[in-house]
Amino acid sequence: MAKETKLACNVIEQVEAICDKHGNKPGELINILHEAQSLHGYLPEEMQRIIARKLNIPASKVYGVVTFYSFFTMTPKGKHPISVCLGTACYVRGSEKLLEEIKRILNIEVGETTPDGKFSLDCLRCVGACGLAPVVTIGEKVYGRLQPKDVQKILEEVDN
Amino acid sequence: MEEKLIKLTIDNHVVEVPQGTTLLEAGKLVGIDIPTLCHIDLKGTCVKNKPASCRLCVVEVEGRRNLAPACATNCMPDMVVHTNSARVIRARKTVAELILSDHPNDCLTCPKCSDCELQRLVMRLNIRQMPYNDGEKSERKNEVTAAITRNMEKCIYCRRCESVCNNVQSVGVLGAIRRGFDTTIAPTFDRMFKDTDCTYCGQCVAVCPVGALTERDYTDQLLDDITNPDKIVIAQPAPAVRFGLGEEFGMAPGTIVTGKLATALRDLGFDYVFDTDFGADLTIMEEGAEILDRLKKFLAGDKSVKLPIMTSCCPAWVNFFEHNYPDLLDYPSSAKSPAQMFGAIAKTYWAEKMGIPREKLVVVSIMPCLAKKFECTREEFKVDGNPDVDYSISTRELARLIKRANINFANLPESNFDSPLGESTGAAAIFGVTGGVMEAALRTCYEVYTGKTLPRINFDEVRGFEGIREATIDLNGFELKVCVAHTLSNARIIMDKLRAGELDYHVVEVMACPSGCIGGAGQPYHHGNIEVLKKRCEALYAEDEGKPIRKSHENPDIQKLYKEFLGEPLSEKSHHLLHTHYFDRTIK
Repeated sequence: MAKETKLACNVIEQVEAICDKHGNKPGELINILHEAQSLHGYLPEEMQRIIARKLNIPASKVYGVVTFYSFFTMTPKGKHPISVCLGTACYVRGSEKLLEEIKRILNIEVGETTPDGKFSLDCLRCVGACGLAPVVTIGEKVYGRLQPKDVQKILEEVDN
Repeated sequence: MEEKLIKLTIDNHVVEVPQGTTLLEAGKLVGIDIPTLCHIDLKGTCVKNKPASCRLCVVEVEGRRNLAPACATNCMPDMVVHTNSARVIRARKTVAELILSDHPNDCLTCPKCSDCELQRLVMRLNIRQMPYNDGEKSERKNEVTAAITRNMEKCIYCRRCESVCNNVQSVGVLGAIRRGFDTTIAPTFDRMFKDTDCTYCGQCVAVCPVGALTERDYTDQLLDDITNPDKIVIAQPAPAVRFGLGEEFGMAPGTIVTGKLATALRDLGFDYVFDTDFGADLTIMEEGAEILDRLKKFLAGDKSVKLPIMTSCCPAWVNFFEHNYPDLLDYPSSAKSPAQMFGAIAKTYWAEKMGIPREKLVVVSIMPCLAKKFECTREEFKVDGNPDVDYSISTRELARLIKRANINFANLPESNFDSPLGESTGAAAIFGVTGGVMEAALRTCYEVYTGKTLPRINFDEVRGFEGIREATIDLNGFELKVCVAHTLSNARIIMDKLRAGELDYHVVEVMACPSGCIGGAGQPYHHGNIEVLKKRCEALYAEDEGKPIRKSHENPDIQKLYKEFLGEPLSEKSHHLLHTHYFDRTIK
């Protein structure tokens, strides 16, 4: 689990405002979590507690929902979020090897972020660019027809 | 009002039931016991879990394509239901086999062995093989706290624990997290119980059908202490124990086993067999005096006095308000629980009398409760690291010990508790039920306040299983408003009102467990049968009626204790030994 840092006052206010906007209704929990995550990038414990308090539901309920849906994350994303496509086309053209290489270079697992906060690593299934398989996205940019030997250079370029 | 009845057929029995009756309930009416696992409905309390998730209660309804879960299907006119067709029996068996595919089969050494609802079901469904037993096993957390043992590999996701933790207790710690094979029921943020708002009420343990949630077992430690020649071991059983223990030995619920209990404890090797009921009478002396003290100040116009005063016997309730209402810690009585009062007196007054050094004494409480185990570990109840009550075992643990020691409980002769910490009144006996502490306090407060003898000893207005009960008691013209609540969700209603300044009572009693200590998490499992709790309740009031003395302040040994040692209630010595203070335990 990510190291807990205190939320800034303005973030707390904004999250509370999101809850208020949805009438603090427990039934709006998923919508609120969506907006809170797009605001802050991830959903740390403190934020879940704030939402629980506003909606007058146990924090365990919020945590249950956050861990149930793979979209929600309690880990802060890196400055450059990496997604490796493991869809059928990319997979048969060797995207798993790309994934292994990225894990080796950054020394993190899927779902984790590098300690310096620069890169985070996720997998996804198809970005609709099967013609370019295997595909990796870093931030908004799509890298196609990649080979494991290209990875080191690209990561260095992105970092600069 | 005339109720509309529905006629239907279940396994060739014609049944007439009111609208809204489930097939499961209708089956029971004609003696058909449809197997269940996730379902629990402790009628008359709010303990209820009906997620229809285990699918073991499926039945065939003619005209319906799919099998229907009997626990969640309402009776309809002219339904024709088969609970034992070949299709149903096969489906039920497959469901059970699938549940077993993700359940360890270490029944031989499981603490729930022979009391496990899954085990009983497997026997009943004649499962002799585990066809799906080579699949993926989920890894889940285990934890041993002072009170509760969590072994989530045994969890079958019935979610009864989640229902009681959230709906009955409003503690909101347990909930399902993650999905698929990774699903587990876990405390908030997948922490350990000790890092959450868990009150150790143990009601999750009381309803867990399998061995996922059980009590922390101290019986081996107790055996070590009993057999240690350097230790002097003292027993103090709580009021509710004597109305439940017999069930573990095949006796009917509601059998009073007070005399056999004393004999069994002696046969086990306890050096002295005293009684927590003595501590209960002592509690009434202190708490009663505190009630009258606050009332007198209030009547004298003191605006700073905190009312209502709230009882503080129940350790789960104490944990609850320390975690959730740190701003209201001045309201509960500062009196320790009966068990802790007993420990404090045993290790001072009695130990001095007997010339036994404190380190040599081991005080063991036998409780219907799991939170008492945690209470024993509180730093404020220790003197130089030595606890007033060394540890606590549950009614169930005592039963196991008795069986282990080859004691034939049913045939034991009856005996009395030892003197002087074994004498008690009817007022102490009723501590074990919701409303009992209030009634015991009223018996003493009335007589002390008015100087008159009670016209009638029973306060029927505070009895019963209603979640929140109110009554007004006439104290010589002063109208004393009292309230009794059981379960922590009802306590939360009271506390939220208090915080909002909307509470208009003088005295409030709270017990965390549904029905009070007789339904405590350390008692023999009720398996969802409310009749068991009702019978224990009847037995408890019968014990009270049969006592020659029924008011705490008339207990001769209590009077002697004050004369020889404490002085008077709320004296400096009493404050030092019998009162405590509370802490803000909010989870950050």
